[in-house]
Amino acid sequence: MTRDPRGDGRFAPRGPRRAGRFAPRYPRRYGRFALRLGSLATALGVWQLLTGLDVDLWLRFSQFPTVADVAHAFAERLSGPDYWTDLTESLTRILTGFLLAAVLGVATGVLVARSRLAEDLLGPLVEVVRPIPAIALVPVAILLLPSDEQGIVFITFTAAFFPVLVSTRHAVRALTPVWEEAVRTMGAGRLRVLGSVVLPGALPGIFGGLSVGLGVSWICVISAEMISGQYGVGYRTWQDYTIVDYPGVFVGMVTIGVLGWITSTAVEVLGRRLTRWLPRTSYVPGARAPRRARGPLTAVPAASATEQEVPHDQLV
Amino acid sequence: MTSSSDVRPVSRTGAGLALRDAVLGHPDAPVLHGVDLDVAPGEILTLVGPSGCGKSTLLRTLAGLLPPLAGAATQDTRPLTGPCADRALVFQEDALLPWRTLRANVELPLAIQGLPRAERRAQAESWLARVGLAGQARQLPHRVSGGQRQRAQLARALAPAPRAVLMDEPFGALDAQTRAGMQDLLVEVLRGTGATVVFVTHDVDEALFLGDRVALLGSGALAALHQVPRPRDRTAHDDPARVALRREVLSSLGT
Repeated sequence: MTRDPRGDGRFAPRGPRRAGRFAPRYPRRYGRFALRLGSLATALGVWQLLTGLDVDLWLRFSQFPTVADVAHAFAERLSGPDYWTDLTESLTRILTGFLLAAVLGVATGVLVARSRLAEDLLGPLVEVVRPIPAIALVPVAILLLPSDEQGIVFITFTAAFFPVLVSTRHAVRALTPVWEEAVRTMGAGRLRVLGSVVLPGALPGIFGGLSVGLGVSWICVISAEMISGQYGVGYRTWQDYTIVDYPGVFVGMVTIGVLGWITSTAVEVLGRRLTRWLPRTSYVPGARAPRRARGPLTAVPAASATEQEVPHDQLV
Repeated sequence: MTSSSDVRPVSRTGAGLALRDAVLGHPDAPVLHGVDLDVAPGEILTLVGPSGCGKSTLLRTLAGLLPPLAGAATQDTRPLTGPCADRALVFQEDALLPWRTLRANVELPLAIQGLPRAERRAQAESWLARVGLAGQARQLPHRVSGGQRQRAQLARALAPAPRAVLMDEPFGALDAQTRAGMQDLLVEVLRGTGATVVFVTHDVDEALFLGDRVALLGSGALAALHQVPRPRDRTAHDDPARVALRREVLSSLGT
């Protein structure tokens, strides 16, 4: 960590001023946004072209629905009642399962990391159950739980539980012991240590597990809906497939993609907000800015001067 | 509910700490044997010794983080049962919680003591001002310099008015100039607190400047205990008695 040779002042105000140097980022931000939009649009364009021309070069696009077909089907679905029912069903299932997994996963992870007894009691169980893919637990869910609905939530829960547990356990074990010693010598009890040191300190790792867990949850909720269930995006997609409604299948896929994207972004944004204190995060925008800016900058030659300036500034 | 004047440092007296025929270290690796040490209430005792001699172990035992393997560790003749807010610990490394601002770090021990929010905020602000960090109160630890982080640690340790402050090479990672400034600051903020201080350092000059007494550790035991002439007096550097003591300490550390 950088230390000020004089030991006093001077260093602290640099942070904000430094951020100020990177303040005129708006053109870059819009540039990046345009780039992202362009990438999506190009993919759609290529799709439309290949399917519209019925290209059959080893890969066969003749049976493939065109973007226009899918868009048409999408518009039709949006106006019907089933689409929104499916959407809320899937979201309810994944949110219930995922939130349960987040709470229980963090709790179990902390317990296993902090208590030798819990580690001995739960550790082997966790290690044996963990490698089983959540979707392979469908028979267990059917046997155990009275309704399909609960089964789907159970599968979703199991999928997210283990990534959250494992990353929490690692994060808690990796905590600097000095933090805990410092708080204990202030007269703090176990609960205070948990709330003031263990949980906040492990948060960056926990959020890693939550991100992974959410991804696996989506895979499992959709698969479980395809196997059993009434309503839900996975169920609908499979139904469309069985009646050979390919545009409908693609509407389902697009819906899953967008929902997954939105939920994982939500988790990521929340994580970044809660771990704003990480020294790493605060330097990332400065460190990455020049590299990411390269795209738009080459398009505008006048800005190349700043491009040279930025890496130079980082050497200081 | 105590009012703020009751918890001001002035009203507290230092704790007397003692080790009796103690064996210290981790169960599978004892580092110090037969340690007999009395730290009088309100005195500053400095501990010097080569690295790995058990200075930090001794300090952690006094903090209550590490029970003695044999013998006894006591505070005012009562055996230590664990860490306690009476004995604050200041570390060499960054022991500030990185997700809390400097002020929130100083507020934490006050919150643990159950002070109402407004009061702990006011006390934290005043302590940060005392260590010269009034302007940095809302900064996160990694945004300020190493010297400033140690100042904040000092404020955090002293804010709850502990009866003893245990310091583990708190200025060890600082450069010479910053370190001298921190020593002066320490002397200044300790004034009037009455707190007993045990200060571990590997720097003999620091030990002789700060300590009423200096304890030498070496070869697995407490090697010697010296009274320091004219402690905390910068002009005493050339005092013949001080020079003689310095030579003695250095030569015993050299062997």
